[in-house]
Amino acid sequence: MISAPTTVAGSVSRQSRPRPHRVSPTRTRVGYFFVSGYALLLIAFGIGPALYALYLSLTTADGGFAGLANFAQVMGDYRFVPAIIHVGSYLVIWIVVLVVLVVVLALIVHSIRSRWLSSAARFIFYIPGALAGAASVVLWIFVLDPVASPVGFLLNALGLHTFVQTISPANLPVVFSIIAFWTGAGGWIVIMYGALNNISTDIMEAARIDGANAIETAIHIQLPMMRKWITYMVILSVAAGTQLFVEPQLVSQASIGVVGNDYSLNQLGYLYAFQQNNFNGSAALSILLLLVSLLLSTFFVARGGLFEREQ
Amino acid sequence: MVHQQSKTRSFTRKVRTIAAVASAAAIALILAACSGGSGGGSSSFGFTEAKQGKGAITVWVDATRVPAAKAFETAYPKDKIKIVTYDGSANGTNSFQTKMDLFDKAGSGWPDVVFSSQDNDASWASQKDGKTQAFAAVLDQGYVSKATLAGFTPSSLNPCTVNGHVYCLRNDLAPNVLWYNQTLFTQFGYTVPTTWEQYEALGVQLAKDHPGYIVGSVGDSFEGPEIYMWGAKCQANDITGPRAVTVNTTSANCKRGADLMDTLTANGTLTQDSLFSPDFVKKYTGKVLMTPGPAWLGGAIFDSKTSLNVPAGQIGVAAPLTWGSEAPATGDVGGATWFVSSHSKNLAEAKKFVEFVTTAPNYQAKLAPGLPAYSSAQKQWLAAQETSGYYVTSLSALTAAASVVWSGWGAGQFSQEAIWSKTIIPEVAAGKKVVDLLPEWGTAISNQAQTLGYKVTSK
Repeated sequence: MISAPTTVAGSVSRQSRPRPHRVSPTRTRVGYFFVSGYALLLIAFGIGPALYALYLSLTTADGGFAGLANFAQVMGDYRFVPAIIHVGSYLVIWIVVLVVLVVVLALIVHSIRSRWLSSAARFIFYIPGALAGAASVVLWIFVLDPVASPVGFLLNALGLHTFVQTISPANLPVVFSIIAFWTGAGGWIVIMYGALNNISTDIMEAARIDGANAIETAIHIQLPMMRKWITYMVILSVAAGTQLFVEPQLVSQASIGVVGNDYSLNQLGYLYAFQQNNFNGSAALSILLLLVSLLLSTFFVARGGLFEREQ
Repeated sequence: MVHQQSKTRSFTRKVRTIAAVASAAAIALILAACSGGSGGGSSSFGFTEAKQGKGAITVWVDATRVPAAKAFETAYPKDKIKIVTYDGSANGTNSFQTKMDLFDKAGSGWPDVVFSSQDNDASWASQKDGKTQAFAAVLDQGYVSKATLAGFTPSSLNPCTVNGHVYCLRNDLAPNVLWYNQTLFTQFGYTVPTTWEQYEALGVQLAKDHPGYIVGSVGDSFEGPEIYMWGAKCQANDITGPRAVTVNTTSANCKRGADLMDTLTANGTLTQDSLFSPDFVKKYTGKVLMTPGPAWLGGAIFDSKTSLNVPAGQIGVAAPLTWGSEAPATGDVGGATWFVSSHSKNLAEAKKFVEFVTTAPNYQAKLAPGLPAYSSAQKQWLAAQETSGYYVTSLSALTAAASVVWSGWGAGQFSQEAIWSKTIIPEVAAGKKVVDLLPEWGTAISNQAQTLGYKVTSK
């Protein structure tokens, strides 16, 4: 996934610069050197712990072989299915909103002719992303409380007069999507803007000469060339979204528990580890999450042609 | 630059992705290697002691209890303690257990003394965690003297008692009484109720005569279960053994509590605003006719500059309400506890500290915000409160209430407050009646209890 930008950049600029077919041995060695830092960290903090989680999920608390008992236990838990529904509905709303709005906004920003307006817009989009996850959630807790909110009149107009009403279970996927979009979308808009800049001016000019207007150019030229970037965004967002934790956890505490502390799958894993003292069950949940993330990522990588080379 | 940012961001996200999947496991991996080998051998107090030394002890307190630790430092300037502030496990965050579980996995790092704002932590702290011995030191096997334990008010150590042994000392008592505003009662020509029936009738009357005035709140997690349901003797939390509970939420007792809440919520005399919300202060300053509530409520909302700030000479305390002619029975909201770690390397100092903060007048009689659990400190605390002249009545109702807390509601590992918050409060906010939600409430309690390994019966 980390090599995606290079791949995309390479494929986009392929027309003007032929890809070198042979790479000198020195450059290969340097390449390995650069990759090694990431690979070591990935093994130490990614693959290693994941393997340990796999081990834990297949064993009992005493270390004996448990088969799939831990998986059966967490899947039979009365909180498991509701948590999947919560996370699933949040993901669907969020991803759709994210893809549509980020692409549209990036196209708009990119089409702004005025240099300062364009960079100012990008800057403003990016600002919320500078707030770390937990801090932005705390901020949103105030925004969502009709009593304290600067936009309380809007909430009142929607028929929401108390915090408890705002965060009623039916509203939560939308609420969390708004929070996540607000904090995360700005960064993606800037990235998409970069992707748009990478599209060769020759192509854009050719389109203009052929008489394509802005919308036609967007649909027939820019969108297809952004496909890999969009896929990349979806993969990372799905991975982040399935791990929904900070938002419901903080809202749960702020709402004296009206939003349960078992809202999402990750929270359930946390409860297994630290309330039920069942690390094996927690590991089983984590492995399930990992599998889902991997499956979805594989799907998007395949469909989005992320690793395709066009030669 | 853009590429740089995108890479950094994606890298962060990716690491976070994988880290979240496996961070718990990673910690456990490192720590698992160290667990197992603890203990210095001797077990004269009913648990295996660590090798004892004279080092400084670490005490965990919440922000409100920092003065207790400071008072100890003032009283014993030569004794070194390390004060760590944490959230006190308040509002069901369960942070106390979470952290101790991690130390159990690590096999080291436990604090020596821990304050918990909850009264149900003995349920897990008294139990072994895998191969690691129970976190809580047994106190009644010679570690704390019989005389000290006997100095606590009768039955106040019940939430600390598991299988007949005492695992914590009680900080304060929080039995529910009826707080009322004498000035408003005189002004409106009402009589202070003594039964729940009179209370309900007065609430109906008040809604007609003086709209906007209230007789209590159901906006927090504790009022519903621990004031109204516990007071109604609803068998929702009858802990019958270390891992056994009886849950029957559809009995006539539960229904009467629910009906009362429904009637008064519908006419607005029970507000759905939290007692601790800014909105409550804005809407109801000067408009609280009365409210049933725990011993600490007087100081928390009436005699508090940041809350209702009712002037001296208006607020009185009456005995807990009863149902008809039934024997007095009341609920209880919290009442904090102090634990000593069985892994402590300086048990003598830990004992000195924990006895100081629970029994010495320096803190409990002079500084404590709530009704002390220790008898002699309690008497001095009450005397100090009464000489302040804030209340129009004596505070004897508080001590009387402490002895009639209904014992059919126990202290299990699951949080009744959290369950109520999740299953009832949002539904009531959406217009449903508590009485219709009783079966769901019972199911939620049973589910939660079973998850934690409780055997649940319904009769």
